[in-house]
Amino acid sequence: MCGIIGVIDRTMSRMDGSSIKEALSLMDERGSGEGAGYVAYGIYPDYADCYAIHVFFDNLLEPKTRVDEILKQWGRIVHQEEIPTYEQPGLKKEHISWRYFFKPYTDLMIGTTDPDDDNVKHLVMHVNANIEGALIFSSGKNLGVFKAAGWPEDVANYFRIEDYKGYIWLAHNRYPTNTSGWWGGAHPFNLLDWSVVHNGEITSYGTNRRYVEGHGYQCTMLTDTEVVAYLFDLLGRRHGLPSEMVVEALAPPFWDEIDKMPPKEEEFMRTMRLTYGPALMNGPFAIVVATKDGIVGFTDRIKLRPLIVGENGSKLYLSSEEAAIRTMDPEVEKIYMPRAGEPVIGRVTE
Amino acid sequence: MSLGSVPLKYKISIDRDQCMKCMRCVDNCSYGVYRIEDDRIIIDSRKCTACHRCISMCPRDAIMLKERPVDYRSHPLWTVEAREDVINQARTGKIILAGMGNAVDYPIIFDRLVLDACQVTNPSIDPLREPMELRTYIGKKPSKLEFTKNNGDIELTTKLTPNLKLDTPIMVGHMSYGAISLPAQLSIAKAVAKTGTFMGTGEGGMHEAIYPYQDHSIVQIASGRFGVDIDYLERGAAIEIKVGQGAKPGIGGHLPGEKVCADVSCTRMIPLGSDAISPAPHHDIYSIEDLAQLVRSLKEATDWEKPVFVKIAAVHNVAAIAAGIARSDADAVVIDGFKGGTGAAPKVFRDNVGIPIEAAIAAVDQKLNDQGIRNEVSIIASGGIRNSGDLAKSIALGADAIYIGTAALIALGCRVCGNCYRGLCPWGIATQKPELVERIDPEVGAQNVANLIHGWTLELSELMGAAGLNSIESLRGNRERLRGYMLDQGLLDVLKVESVGA
Repeated sequence: MCGIIGVIDRTMSRMDGSSIKEALSLMDERGSGEGAGYVAYGIYPDYADCYAIHVFFDNLLEPKTRVDEILKQWGRIVHQEEIPTYEQPGLKKEHISWRYFFKPYTDLMIGTTDPDDDNVKHLVMHVNANIEGALIFSSGKNLGVFKAAGWPEDVANYFRIEDYKGYIWLAHNRYPTNTSGWWGGAHPFNLLDWSVVHNGEITSYGTNRRYVEGHGYQCTMLTDTEVVAYLFDLLGRRHGLPSEMVVEALAPPFWDEIDKMPPKEEEFMRTMRLTYGPALMNGPFAIVVATKDGIVGFTDRIKLRPLIVGENGSKLYLSSEEAAIRTMDPEVEKIYMPRAGEPVIGRVTE
Repeated sequence: MSLGSVPLKYKISIDRDQCMKCMRCVDNCSYGVYRIEDDRIIIDSRKCTACHRCISMCPRDAIMLKERPVDYRSHPLWTVEAREDVINQARTGKIILAGMGNAVDYPIIFDRLVLDACQVTNPSIDPLREPMELRTYIGKKPSKLEFTKNNGDIELTTKLTPNLKLDTPIMVGHMSYGAISLPAQLSIAKAVAKTGTFMGTGEGGMHEAIYPYQDHSIVQIASGRFGVDIDYLERGAAIEIKVGQGAKPGIGGHLPGEKVCADVSCTRMIPLGSDAISPAPHHDIYSIEDLAQLVRSLKEATDWEKPVFVKIAAVHNVAAIAAGIARSDADAVVIDGFKGGTGAAPKVFRDNVGIPIEAAIAAVDQKLNDQGIRNEVSIIASGGIRNSGDLAKSIALGADAIYIGTAALIALGCRVCGNCYRGLCPWGIATQKPELVERIDPEVGAQNVANLIHGWTLELSELMGAAGLNSIESLRGNRERLRGYMLDQGLLDVLKVESVGA
């Protein structure tokens, strides 16, 4: 189960969160009230050059003091505040949601071509693995994840997501089956600019997890989806693969298809599979990944989970259900279903 | 005072009402259990090894074999075997030899690992109706993809080094011509060619009869360098340097002169009838740097066109050793566990030295992963892999592929009697005696071994489908698909596997 929906306005016109809340709530049957979440890109224009670090704190004493210390050690906190929340009768508050706007010290992460991102990635891994009572669940620039254990409408109202305006939105309604529902386990999962929503299970999780752990990532969210964010960060950011190539690595064609490709293409795909075999994802899944330049949606290689695409002018929608897309945009024109493993990409044009 | 003999182990009897005196038992027993006296079949049970050749050849099912009841005073410490070994050594003053694998009753870790299966939320996959990919490439892999972008076109700059392409992750390990007979080796060669996989030649060189299957052969270099010349290297699809062997870590190989017939002598490039001794140390390898040099020398000699593997026995510090090998330009590290078979080993080694393959695979896989190089080198596991369950668990613990040895021999008729070192194998496998060797028809043998590989491959597909996996890459190192049952926490930590119920 689980319901996902994502939208991008390719002209980067910003939309508020009210319609995606409605669309996600339409798919309540795909959830169980144990997790929902939203991510929006372009919501913090005043701090666009800072990393927006969202943290769940169990309390504001020791864990926050420790996070403050480590952030100050690795960079400068430009601004910080509690994320505004609004009490909901159906949602039990379990954590304090906090946000920092943070600029890392570039010269602290040497020997890398991407020192700021690597610095923040290191901080996220360190805090989540070592500081009890603190969990960084969003760490990109000019974007923010808002999630909790609850129904879509309650979570949306709790964070009042209609107050935020973004040019990309992803949302997720969770029906947890392999791990318990908790705030950290709700989707989207995020690292730096990558955000992921996922419907299904990743049966290759053990292999994928081991692979990313071998490259400096630590899985702390107790669920399979977070590994997708790390795979995109490793292959997309650190190895420089474009999104469609990352999808080809994660959901590659079958060998039978590769064998029939023209020689150059065959060599390419064979090299890709051999290089990124441990990143190949198995199991039933429909996934939408966002980064600041666009979104990509894809399913597993035999399409065991649904994914629907809708287009309307500059807007591209991806969802588990057509009805959700129509709720969000009754004027949507083109609706279709991509083939198994085929990436659907929406890029910003400006 | 003489110590006398120890009691016989097996008791053979014949149902005389059933027996039609066809003499097949007499003809088939190379150990001399049966003889004819005055038109009567006489049995000398003392000579029996429980090889079952007579039983399987008897047309009337008239032969019965029983393990003899213990007629010593029972004692928990001084077992029958312990006492008999002392008696035998008191009499001979020699090292006790043994064939096949470790015969001590250590717990089998494979049997305490259980696999996962899908239920409601995650559909299992039916391999009969959906693609199931077992194709496995053994060899070096790039750490990342390198490419250039030209006007939106992606041009690959990464060039793969040669890899072996396996249709199934099951290979047949190294059993040399000399240790086993030519028809046995030929059966295996034909079987791996049929099933799209590979076999090891062992350290005995390559007989001409194997040439048609050389593209499915991995040639081996042990310290004795038997049969090694440039022609041999070029014939192999890959080259394997044998440093250690699971059944006898730290010691070398020894083919007795009696097994060195003219053909073996020619193939091994040694004098007829001479003992072929392959000591443990390679006398040009005294460090990891030396090993790296040999790996590179072999690659240079074969124009960098062949993967080079390094085989070691699973021992205490196997992970660190394997990590060193992985950085030596070797394309694969072969780990042989302490239940691996052999033609002959000192019993004390076979039963006491080394560690189980399950722990070794997991430790090596984890170490290479910790160092961020796991996908750049392949792991081949061997030593006591008995069925497709063991195979699936080996891969889930981190192996890319496995070698089978004893299982392939059992498919050729071997009944694991453990007397391989005597050269009298009644099944024609571990012998060079012409009258015994001819008992294997390579066509039939090949079909049997191919059937075994095919059967395991089907079962592996089913196991993967049940776990919701359609690609072998996603089973490799996937500890989430395993749980430990009645394993202690220390071992669970090494295996990186959670307990059942977790």
